[in-house]
Amino acid sequence: MSTQKNPIISIRNLTKSYQIGGPQEKYKRLTESITDSVLHPRKWLSSRTCTQETFFALRDVSFDVYPGEVIGIIGRNGAGKSTLLKILSGITYPTGGEIELYGRVGSLLEVGTGFHPELTGRENIYFNGSILGMTRREIEDKFDEITKFAGVEEFLDTPVKRYSSGMAVRLGFAVAAHLDPEILLVDEVLAVGDAGFQKKCLGKMGEVAKEGRTVLFVSHNMSAITTMCKRVILIDKGELLEDGTSDEVVSHYLNTSLGTYGKTEWKDIDTAPGINGFKLISVEILNENRSPIKLVDIEKPVIVRIGYKTLIPNLKFRIAILFYCGATCAFISVEPTESVRKHNGLYYSEVTIYKNIFSERNYAINISVFSSAGAKIRFCHVENAIIFQTYDKMTGNSARGDYVQTMDGILQPKLPWITKYINGD
Amino acid sequence: MSNSDNRYHRIIRPPGKGINLNIPEIWFYRELLFYLAWREVKIRYKQTIMGAGWAILQPSFSMIVFTLFFGKLAKMPSDGIPYPLFSYAGLILWIYFSSTLTHGSTSMVNNAQMLTKVYFPRIFFPSAPALSGIFDYFISLIVLFILMMYYGFIPSYTILILPIVLIGTILCATGLGCILSSICVKYRDVQFALPFFIQLAMFICPVIYPVSIAPQNVQWVLYLNPMTGFLNAHRACLLGLDSFDLFGLIIAIIISILIFVIGVVYLKKTEHYFADLI
Repeated sequence: MSTQKNPIISIRNLTKSYQIGGPQEKYKRLTESITDSVLHPRKWLSSRTCTQETFFALRDVSFDVYPGEVIGIIGRNGAGKSTLLKILSGITYPTGGEIELYGRVGSLLEVGTGFHPELTGRENIYFNGSILGMTRREIEDKFDEITKFAGVEEFLDTPVKRYSSGMAVRLGFAVAAHLDPEILLVDEVLAVGDAGFQKKCLGKMGEVAKEGRTVLFVSHNMSAITTMCKRVILIDKGELLEDGTSDEVVSHYLNTSLGTYGKTEWKDIDTAPGINGFKLISVEILNENRSPIKLVDIEKPVIVRIGYKTLIPNLKFRIAILFYCGATCAFISVEPTESVRKHNGLYYSEVTIYKNIFSERNYAINISVFSSAGAKIRFCHVENAIIFQTYDKMTGNSARGDYVQTMDGILQPKLPWITKYINGD
Repeated sequence: MSNSDNRYHRIIRPPGKGINLNIPEIWFYRELLFYLAWREVKIRYKQTIMGAGWAILQPSFSMIVFTLFFGKLAKMPSDGIPYPLFSYAGLILWIYFSSTLTHGSTSMVNNAQMLTKVYFPRIFFPSAPALSGIFDYFISLIVLFILMMYYGFIPSYTILILPIVLIGTILCATGLGCILSSICVKYRDVQFALPFFIQLAMFICPVIYPVSIAPQNVQWVLYLNPMTGFLNAHRACLLGLDSFDLFGLIIAIIISILIFVIGVVYLKKTEHYFADLI
């Protein structure tokens, strides 16, 4: 962090609170407002102060960002990371505190905002670019670069509704990647697209950072965060918990239960991950009684349950679950066959991991759904769908027996040991 | 800090009492307003056979129906102008006004995705339909000129007033659009009430009848509605009528400016909760 320069972003005691359970919870019908005020004047008046509960999306957050810094912002879902970016970009207002900005802010909270399926690729590039704050000249100058990056040169005059979802996403990212404001806010956009494209995006982000621009980058992808950012800020329950070098903060985050979540649900089917008629609905870990857990006792079996919806009958695919420790893949479990899901609707697929396989650490689960026999189709790829922590109760029944020192290794399978006396020499 | 950085110096604070119109920001984003309007025009007629021809068909069919029922059957007076021409000249401005209101009022709710994911001046949401509607208006003007030729009407110098009438109507429609779209973020009732209201409103505006059918002493009430002044002036300036009602136009412009200012202020006052509530 350079201290000679003045900060480009200065955030002081930033607070954002919402009233929940009160009249602001959701929009009301006008008649409701009127009948409420007429029928229950006292309740209506007092509801403004009494029945509401204040929820803090951000609470007293202060930090400075210096020009050229690339800062990662991490934290659990709902910690307040996205709210912070939304306030910085001007979409929503804070309820307290102050931010001073010394530069043009470009925000990339979603890929392809304002894309219209009826418009062609070319038209959408112009519109999307202008929505993100580019001028017509800037878009014209970068037009060829953008189409090349997205790889859609031949489809420029095709309506976007005829694009595959991968193509649309690539186009959206390509436009945004060619923004060049002094301050760039990026929210988890790399979670889209296939692995190859994600690498390309990361590369582009790295370039942007090298050009000396200031980037605030929200992500759950810890390896992306550590490769791109020197400084990382950890937010939890709306409060700034830690601000330091990426190695320090990320390892603290991963090694405590802070970064764990045993269940992820996609409630809105439109935004749920999945293409080609497949939608991922939930991923969760359960104990042998099928109750949800977050902490895994390594002496007990664990069930990973994946909920998904098929929108087309007779979809044939295979689900793979990848267990990661940091950047290392610990092991992969795949469905033994590519089975056909005959019906439209909700399915659960479960896999049981035997007891005494895991070691004591944090594991992240990536989900991949695809078919490789015959037509190669990708249905879904989600990284860090859930992150869970394991522990050993040290009863002597785990793989370690009565050994109490640290055990290395990303797995800790309990294996039979036999010691035999052969002869007396 | 270099000067170029100071140019973009911005402070974000909780919404206060005052109103900051932030004209420089609107100027900075000006291209986007045209893109938004252009996008609406593009999308509106995609996958239609008639395309922009609908801009002509809608007022033409309305004109035919009104001519049959009001002109021929009810013998509605039309200040000496052939009834088809009279009603068509009123209908095209009315259709511009009403479709701007309809699209304007739902402009934020229908673009909620944009509203919650990117920032640009919120006033662009209701302003874009006002601009894109002008495109349809000019197309429908072609038929008016054909009708005028048919009935032997020649445009005169009075057509120079047309831009003033249009700007006045745009201000009025945009101002109302600002108010309605802001309310619609909180109360979706607007979506249902407005089409119904617009249908009724056509009959309190001199679209298909002249103001002169109202008794002299109550005509001033009609002029409180700015569209009365605009519709009269619109018809008079296009058809080159001598009976140009300048006073009515001035009143209409003053009321429209007032509506526009109130609309913008209301939108600015409430915009801080749009993204949280929508």
